Amino acid sequence: MTDVGLVAPSTQILAERRRFRVLRKLAAHRSFKIGLVLVTVLALCAIIGPMLTGTDPTAMSIRYRFKPPSARFPFGSDQYGRDILTRVLYGGRLSLGIGFSVALLSGVFGAMIGILAGYFRALDPYVMRLMDALMAFPAILLAIGIGAALGAQASSIVVALSVAYVPRTARIVRASVLVIREMEYLQAARVSGAGDAHIIVKHVLPNCLGPLIVQLTFIFAYAILAEATLSFLGIGPPPPAPSWGNIIAEGRDYSVEAWWVMLFPGLAVSLAALGMNLLGDGLRDVLDPRLKIET
Amino acid sequence: MFRTISVRLMQSIPVLLLVAVLSFILMHLLPGDPAVVIAGADATPAAVERIRRELGLDQSIWRQLLSWFLNLAQGKFGSSLMLNQTVLSAVGERLPVTLSLAALSLAIPLPIGIALGILAAYFRSSWIDAGVMAIALIGVSAPSFWIAIVSVILFSVKLGWVPSAGYAPLLTAGPGAWFASLIQPAMVLSLFQIGFLARMTRSAMLDVLEQDFIRTARAKGVSEWRTVGKHGFRNALVAVVTVSGIIVSLLIGGSVVVEQVFALPGIGRLVVQGIMARDYPLIQGTMLLFGFAFVLINVAVDIVYTLVDPRVRYD
Amino acid sequence: MAQQTLLSVENLTVQFRGDAGWVNAVEGVDFAVRAGECLGIVGESGSGKSVSALSILKLHGRANTRYASGTIRYGGHDLLTVSQRRLRQVRGGEIAMIFQDPMSSLNPVLSIADQIMEPLRQHQGLSARAARRRAVELLEMVRISDASRRIDDYPHRLSGGMRQRVMIAIAVACRPKLLIADEPTTALDVTIQSQILELLRELQREIGMSVILITHDLGVVAEFAQRVVVMYAGRVVESAAVPALFERPVHPYTEGLIRAVPDPDADVSRLATIPGNIPDPSTPIAGCRFNPRCSEAVKSCRTEPPALADAGAGHFARCPPRIAAGRTA
Repeated sequence: MTDVGLVAPSTQILAERRRFRVLRKLAAHRSFKIGLVLVTVLALCAIIGPMLTGTDPTAMSIRYRFKPPSARFPFGSDQYGRDILTRVLYGGRLSLGIGFSVALLSGVFGAMIGILAGYFRALDPYVMRLMDALMAFPAILLAIGIGAALGAQASSIVVALSVAYVPRTARIVRASVLVIREMEYLQAARVSGAGDAHIIVKHVLPNCLGPLIVQLTFIFAYAILAEATLSFLGIGPPPPAPSWGNIIAEGRDYSVEAWWVMLFPGLAVSLAALGMNLLGDGLRDVLDPRLKIET
Repeated sequence: MFRTISVRLMQSIPVLLLVAVLSFILMHLLPGDPAVVIAGADATPAAVERIRRELGLDQSIWRQLLSWFLNLAQGKFGSSLMLNQTVLSAVGERLPVTLSLAALSLAIPLPIGIALGILAAYFRSSWIDAGVMAIALIGVSAPSFWIAIVSVILFSVKLGWVPSAGYAPLLTAGPGAWFASLIQPAMVLSLFQIGFLARMTRSAMLDVLEQDFIRTARAKGVSEWRTVGKHGFRNALVAVVTVSGIIVSLLIGGSVVVEQVFALPGIGRLVVQGIMARDYPLIQGTMLLFGFAFVLINVAVDIVYTLVDPRVRYD
Repeated sequence: MAQQTLLSVENLTVQFRGDAGWVNAVEGVDFAVRAGECLGIVGESGSGKSVSALSILKLHGRANTRYASGTIRYGGHDLLTVSQRRLRQVRGGEIAMIFQDPMSSLNPVLSIADQIMEPLRQHQGLSARAARRRAVELLEMVRISDASRRIDDYPHRLSGGMRQRVMIAIAVACRPKLLIADEPTTALDVTIQSQILELLRELQREIGMSVILITHDLGVVAEFAQRVVVMYAGRVVESAAVPALFERPVHPYTEGLIRAVPDPDADVSRLATIPGNIPDPSTPIAGCRFNPRCSEAVKSCRTEPPALADAGAGHFARCPPRIAAGRTA
């Protein structure tokens, strides 16, 4: 018993030290820092920005049609005289919200399926063939199909994109589970009589978190791009409620005369995806042990 | 070689079957009644009923699945409701457009993306690395439809270099017009692929360049150029080939969007039109074809993989 | 003993980029290898023996390594400053190298033929056919049976010992003047080890090349080398002819190493170890770097960095108290 008493705290200290080292490495990682700043700023804009402008994103005014960027309309106005800045800020809520929900849903379901397939080997062939088959459909087409079927609204985009990204997440989680289940400490836990549920929660899950988080960061980026694409194709949240994709879609017809209508929401999408990609790069360098750290 | 191919094809059969089932299920999960859609909103109930019977929609789901498979076994992928032609002929007509676009969109980014990735890895942490990675990041972060619109304003409207939309067939319009009609969409698609490939190649090369056999090559007196280009890249190629399935998938997805923006009459545009018109058999058929194509492309990728990496064999 | 010096390393300092700036991996290293001899370099892992060896052909990664001082004299030039072109002629052509881990030292995606033919075509300008023929001969020379068939295999089909033989074939392909063998048998089974070393000895005689044999095993040195350099914590602490070193080691560290070699005739319980660990290069030690582990350390050992001094008859050591006392074990 004394052995256990001696060993347990030391592994805990080790884990804590590792966590500290991860944080320190992240703090020193340049692209992670840039990404974090970008994403934080955009998220803050989306959350509190709309409260500050005090304008209604759907308020129309014939008098102010197609005003170029000015003090009154910093990003200009569209064919209904609506303020693009306000619309981009409101659109950020929807677009980032969709991206976050997709990452969350694919994370939860992808992790569940990946762990089941990787841990209970009897299930593996069936589950993974199904995932392979789902992955055979191009993500964007699958999303278009599901999105069109469920109707043009934010929730159907979330479902559609999650269905498209769950198989990819499940694959990555399964791959780490396959490595972990062969580890000696896991065998030891099993020999000492720990149940499957205990082993999964205590040992398997924490060890797939690194690759999972990295993958979800990139899925967040893809989802922001995909949401914009789907909205652009007319399968997104319906107008007049703004999302980055549908502002661009509406601005497309006037893109020559009123370039600002589509320019700013496009920049917003790009910056958001860029920020998430940078975050993902940083996390991958630090959390994925296969790759060396770079500064 | 023959053995490898046949083994790999056999292995893909369950996935192909599942793809067929999934494309069937996907369409049957859709709310709404295809018969009503086809008959139109103000059709009489009798007319709707007749169409339903014609399409076999009055039968049980299992009977429908069975006849779906029986039809597939005879090579019948169904007929489009909006086009009055079979799915296969509709796809066949549009295949040259999509294949032309895909070919250009692979030919441009493959050498550029890979070369940039190698450069960045070799000059790691230098300004070259930073510059290449910045371009690559922009490539994978900017939405392609938006880039397409910006590009049209710049190169078609302002500069007038290339047409802003439409497709000129290679055989009737000649290679010049064909190329001019495709170069802009292909460049737009390539931007993402270049970014993706450069990032992939760079991280694979960073891994490889640290390996002992690179040091062996240098110790033999092999030039830097050959050390990196032959010893390094031949190994990084394994990683690049591994993700080429993803590249193709991204390419297909990207072409759907780009065909839409540039009004190219390809398969991607056909599917989007089909979805908007609720042309169920068309969606089902094209999804299935896309799925099959993707599975078979992955088989091809795996076979290339065995050529690139002698350690892998399907025995 | 009138052999000519083939290559000499003088005052070599190599630095690696660490978390907190540049750290000396080796410092002020001197040694020379004569034509036709086998020079052993001995030390624990981290002593800097491999770092020194890799520096001879400038094989360290450029981004994180700096040759802060020193010269590597070979053929009237300094290899650290010669042109890239000349350096490439030397690499594999005049000075060849084999490494510790034959598993990772061969390129997994290129055939054995390709990898052996490369230096032949590079340095001797052989045609593909001639290079291939020569490659088969080389494989036979390193005793790989069925060479003409094995040559088209890929490395993963060969055992560790076979791969090291292939590495040796590549290294001696152009009949080099010097072969640097960096722990060539550490990663191999004990039974294979002696075969590989025996092969190296035969090839050395046949080609008339010099060998630098890097190892942590003094027993190997005793058997194969004529002279030996002992390294500790990035510095040379002793260098001498092999018999002299084993009979009269000057440095307490060398003495400890010799005592740690298992003697088949002696009682096993007397096998000694040196207390403590090799120091971390990023935390400098004042004075002699061995002083924290040395039972005889005096006050000056903790303050004065010792110089490598002559203990007589070409025997050098970095231990002033013992040299002053004229004392040898």
